[in-house]
Amino acid sequence: MIILILYIVIFAAAFFAVRFGVRKFRQMQDFTSLKTVTFGDESAVKPDRWASVISVFAIFLLWGAFTGSAWVPIHAPGPFVGDTQFTYTLEAPDGSRDDATVSARVFKIGEDADEPEIQPGEGFAKNDAIKVGAWRSELLLMDKNDEVKRKEGAKVVAIDGQAVAPGETVRVADGSVAVTAKGSLNFSPAKGMQMEPIWLPAPEAVVARVGEIASEGYQNFTLWEHLFWSLFRVIVGFVIGAAVGIPLGYAMGLSDWFRGWFDPIVEFMRPVPPLALIPLVIIWAGIGESGKIILLFLAALWIMTISARAGVSGVAISKVHAAYSLGASKWQLMRHVIVPNSLPEIFTGARVAMGVCWGTVVAAELVAAEKGVGMMVMVAARFQNTDIVIMGIILIGIIGYGIDILTRKAEAWLVPWKGRI
Amino acid sequence: MSTLSIENISMRFDLPNGSHVQALKDVSLTLNTGELMSVLGPSGCGKTTLLNILAGFLAPTEGRIMLNDHLVTGPDAERGMVFQQGALFEWMSVRDNVSFGPRMAGKREKEWAGTVDHLLDVVGLQGFKDKAVYELSGGMQQRVALARCLANDPDVILMDEPLGALDALTREKMQGLVLKLWKETGKTIILITHSVEEALLLGERLLVMAPRPGRIHKEYRLTFADDGVGRDLREVKKNPEFGEKREEILSMIWDMEEEIMGRTEEASA
Repeated sequence: MIILILYIVIFAAAFFAVRFGVRKFRQMQDFTSLKTVTFGDESAVKPDRWASVISVFAIFLLWGAFTGSAWVPIHAPGPFVGDTQFTYTLEAPDGSRDDATVSARVFKIGEDADEPEIQPGEGFAKNDAIKVGAWRSELLLMDKNDEVKRKEGAKVVAIDGQAVAPGETVRVADGSVAVTAKGSLNFSPAKGMQMEPIWLPAPEAVVARVGEIASEGYQNFTLWEHLFWSLFRVIVGFVIGAAVGIPLGYAMGLSDWFRGWFDPIVEFMRPVPPLALIPLVIIWAGIGESGKIILLFLAALWIMTISARAGVSGVAISKVHAAYSLGASKWQLMRHVIVPNSLPEIFTGARVAMGVCWGTVVAAELVAAEKGVGMMVMVAARFQNTDIVIMGIILIGIIGYGIDILTRKAEAWLVPWKGRI
Repeated sequence: MSTLSIENISMRFDLPNGSHVQALKDVSLTLNTGELMSVLGPSGCGKTTLLNILAGFLAPTEGRIMLNDHLVTGPDAERGMVFQQGALFEWMSVRDNVSFGPRMAGKREKEWAGTVDHLLDVVGLQGFKDKAVYELSGGMQQRVALARCLANDPDVILMDEPLGALDALTREKMQGLVLKLWKETGKTIILITHSVEEALLLGERLLVMAPRPGRIHKEYRLTFADDGVGRDLREVKKNPEFGEKREEILSMIWDMEEEIMGRTEEASA
């Protein structure tokens, strides 16, 4: 909630800062800036690059601030670390009371710490010492050094002077103390507002993990091998799917019989999400490479078939007529008119298919695999290695985006006339 | 020497509801080599159907087309087409578009390079030969289409409103170009148009068709095309005879349109 409010504040602050600060200094008199009607004119809406940059920074800032990152100058209050103490009041069965002090040392998880040294103190309740990891809590059997034990009828009646009964919790200087049902004490140091690393590690921890896994590997394979295998599956599955789907789509676009024969199959298979096929593919082909590739083949096949078919139906009849009356044979019409004319559709299909394949491979690896990014993320999640999970998600996103950019570039290079006819 | 003969062509489409459309009824016509005939008519008179039959894209239900004493059964390089628009191949340069016919015929570059270069000169696109066709203006694209058709050296050129999508100024320039190419190459040309003026300017023969069923209504033989070759076409239009003919044909087509309207009104009443 606080993070959401902060995010909105940053959004608004950046907007006003850019609008009234930066814009003052560099005003361009291009065509768009002279338009008076921009609200509703979609062509006048361009992504503000300042907004994009600040947006990315804001995410890292919030991420760093709430994980105590060393890369970010400001932080949300962190968990309490250091020495603190509170007192408890023990009541003996005869009604007499005595106070004892508990000295607690809260240390960062992963560091070594000793219990603070203390004097036992006066009275029948003796002072205690405990150590607690930040974000953790520690059960304190405070009476084990006391002269009157719980089983003899002693009980804690107050903490720092505030009366408590079993099951209740009171706040103390740097945390809270709960009295358990059996009468022992449970000390939880203040957690602050930062996320614990097992929920969300700091950015530098994720980056450090990238280096570590890139060189040492995770689950028997290095990061590059995991990525390579995932990409390899996508590319092989997509290539086979396209190699079968494109000719099939052409056949469906050119022949009554092929269209009639394959229409029911394609129309039925198209809406089946590839993920729904995972169980069947595992039953048939196991969790090895062939199963993954069959799955991705199926994911790409229908998309490519439909795009090739659409590419054929998109050929203007006047182009076909022109080619025939210029003396082209059927084969020449195919080679010089239908195939090039369907390329824009096929590229659109390829972009969709690559995206679907990439999503499907990660999901298939989440279910069962020996290697691959999806498997890496899944295993890491089982061991609570959140940093690896986050690293995996970021890499999956970057690669998916990269695939999309590459297909767009290939499209602009091979089909320069797209959208210009 | 007769070249293209249209012999008793009828075209009847059956409709799914059991009725039928008589698109053409008993159309007969003979065209000699080197004649330019323009075809006019209200919409629905079957002129595009006739052109598609001539090109070989449609088979007539009755009658036949003979070209140089052989039967027309399908599309062929001997009958070239120029379409209204959108029939260029965007994935090819201007030069590749123009040389498409010879290349499909399996000719080597040195066999066609001379012709193609000459045609690019004639249509004024020599400087644009390596450009992509989608970079050209509408008028330039139609010039590419003309050159592409001529590069194939067809016996007959069929034009389906080739200038219909152009603006008035470009259209006037292109009309001059069509006349010039016609005279230079001596091709037989059939040109379908919606513009009475264009039909008069370009047609050595002018065919007015009537609708329902599509048939030949009247044929004119004109001299304006010969007058117009190599001259400013606006001069031709100033000829009083040109104005008379234009009014005559316009009112003829208007009458047909009104008759159609009347008939549909009767039918709906």
